[in-house]
Amino acid sequence: MLPNELENLNLPQDAFEPLESATAAAECESIHSISLNFFRDSWRRLKKNKSAVLSLAVLLLVALLAFGSIWVSPHNPNKQDLAHVNLPPRIPGVSVDGFNGTALVSGERVDKYAQLHIPADVNFYLGTDGLGRDALSRLLMGTRTSLIIAIIAALLDLSIGVAYGMFSAISGGRVDEILQRILEILSGIPTLVVMILMLTIFEPGMVSIILAMIITGWVNMARMVRAQTLKLQEQEFVLAAATLGVSKLKIALKHILPNISSIIVVQMMFSIPTAIFFEAFLSFIGLGLKVPMASLGTLLSDGYKTFRFLPHLMWPPAIVLSIIMICFNLLADGIRDAFDPKMKG
Amino acid sequence: MKNFSKYLLKKIGIMLLTLWLIVTCTFFLIHSLPGSPYVNQEKLTPAQLEILNRQAGLDRPITEQYFIYFKNLLHGDLGTSFQFKNQPVAKLLINRVGPSVQLGLQAIVVGTVLGVIFGIISAMKQNTWADSIVTIIAILGRSIPNFIFAVVLQYIFAVRLGLLPIALWNGFSYTILPTITLAMAPMANSARFIRTEMVEVLNSDYIELARSKGLNRWQTAFRHGLRNSLIPLITLLGPMAVSLMTGSLVVENIYAVPGIGEQFVKSIITNDYPTIMAITILYSVMLVLVIFVVDLLYGLVDPRIRVTGGA
Repeated sequence: MLPNELENLNLPQDAFEPLESATAAAECESIHSISLNFFRDSWRRLKKNKSAVLSLAVLLLVALLAFGSIWVSPHNPNKQDLAHVNLPPRIPGVSVDGFNGTALVSGERVDKYAQLHIPADVNFYLGTDGLGRDALSRLLMGTRTSLIIAIIAALLDLSIGVAYGMFSAISGGRVDEILQRILEILSGIPTLVVMILMLTIFEPGMVSIILAMIITGWVNMARMVRAQTLKLQEQEFVLAAATLGVSKLKIALKHILPNISSIIVVQMMFSIPTAIFFEAFLSFIGLGLKVPMASLGTLLSDGYKTFRFLPHLMWPPAIVLSIIMICFNLLADGIRDAFDPKMKG
Repeated sequence: MKNFSKYLLKKIGIMLLTLWLIVTCTFFLIHSLPGSPYVNQEKLTPAQLEILNRQAGLDRPITEQYFIYFKNLLHGDLGTSFQFKNQPVAKLLINRVGPSVQLGLQAIVVGTVLGVIFGIISAMKQNTWADSIVTIIAILGRSIPNFIFAVVLQYIFAVRLGLLPIALWNGFSYTILPTITLAMAPMANSARFIRTEMVEVLNSDYIELARSKGLNRWQTAFRHGLRNSLIPLITLLGPMAVSLMTGSLVVENIYAVPGIGEQFVKSIITNDYPTIMAITILYSVMLVLVIFVVDLLYGLVDPRIRVTGGA
């Protein structure tokens, strides 16, 4: 249509309507759905994975209970009371054997609470141990300790591994060569042997357990980060940044790190259950925490010693430990699949 | 071939370096352990202590002790146990290698065979109830610590049902429970691994071709699919060996198996330096050898790895 034809078109004035405001125009242009960045997209995929979501919920609940018990604990986990020694569990209103205050003594059910003349309003939901401490409170405390140890160890593994891996990849050349040989040698040393040696030398305690675990724990993370960094370094956006004169440190932190974050998160999710396992394992063979500290491993190991006579001391920590391990593994699988649907396995 | 021998030499070099480092670190770490190896030390007079120290060579400077130890080690002499009077460590351990190796091999065989079978079923019957059951078994086997398995099995089969002996080592029936316990992790891992591999292989062109030639589903799965999925299973052997070693420490203790793992824990408690060192070295040698063999096998099977040097 030519301009002079447009003039001849003769449209009446009221055929036109003014736009209400400038914002309305802008609204037409905007995209209505939330833009999906990488993590939001992954979260959407993770939400579809039922077992992962359930595991996340269970883990959050466990963490809430374990950390909440710092303020609200059914009893004081360290309070010894010789009047309440080795009581079986009793939950008011539940009459199932094993949770009604009775225990098998040489083949007969005996009400232990009645024997020790304990008033009806004093209940130990999971019973008490050989020093009269409340098993439920100790279980909560132990779970908390195990989680703290695992998370700190995983975070330290992550920091050391990421720093080492990226430094090695970015330096390249001789430095990389030497750092890689060191890694190769370190990964040849059995983790378990190192951990046991470290724990026999340091005073057993939380710090030494964490130290013992990270000595070889970071090696896998470092390898993974190095491999990914090498791959990314070849890509155009990194080359472009380097050409524009961005320093190596800034390239590493601003361009490479965000792009390998998903791999780091996945690797860390797998290292948490490993750390929980090793802590429990070390405590089980008697190299773990010292009294009055408790972790799932020490509770389990104490419970195992008397499990034929006082089964209520062993099963709860065993079950909690198993549930935590299963949930962490399922969640880690879910997160890995969500980050990289192609890698599903 | 020249490429391969270079790869081999490099691997051997790294292996020896690793072992030397382990021996050296262990030696110095062990000698900085708190406490002394003597029972009732407070009852010993300084003169007696001096004699004992001289007998064990503990009065010499630590560097000299190190060289003596290293020289003896190369001759296969692992020293004398502190815990058991005048028992050479080598002799002490040799009787204990048997049960540990037997348990380890039984567990690997049982675990991988069951795992492969489960993996195949799971891949062939994808997204059915059979697949779900295998997935659940795999998750449980991978997640639940082996000492919990050990205790649960002991409780069910020995305490409750009385079918199998609780502990000790007096014949085949005594090996069943520890073997099952140790086989859990290899089974779970190989089942998962085989499933993933098989699913991929079953979707490939040559399987389609075999199917179009009229072979039935299970035949193609075994003849063509399984063979190609089994090769990468070699990579699992390394981690499996490690987890078996870890497992054997607790499992041998729980079932009172007279193996190396049980001795290790005992030696740590009694500060028996020569035995701790010997077991550490033994474990490391076994592990390093397994990794070396796996690397070699993999290099032979997949030539791409040795060309790039094998990261």
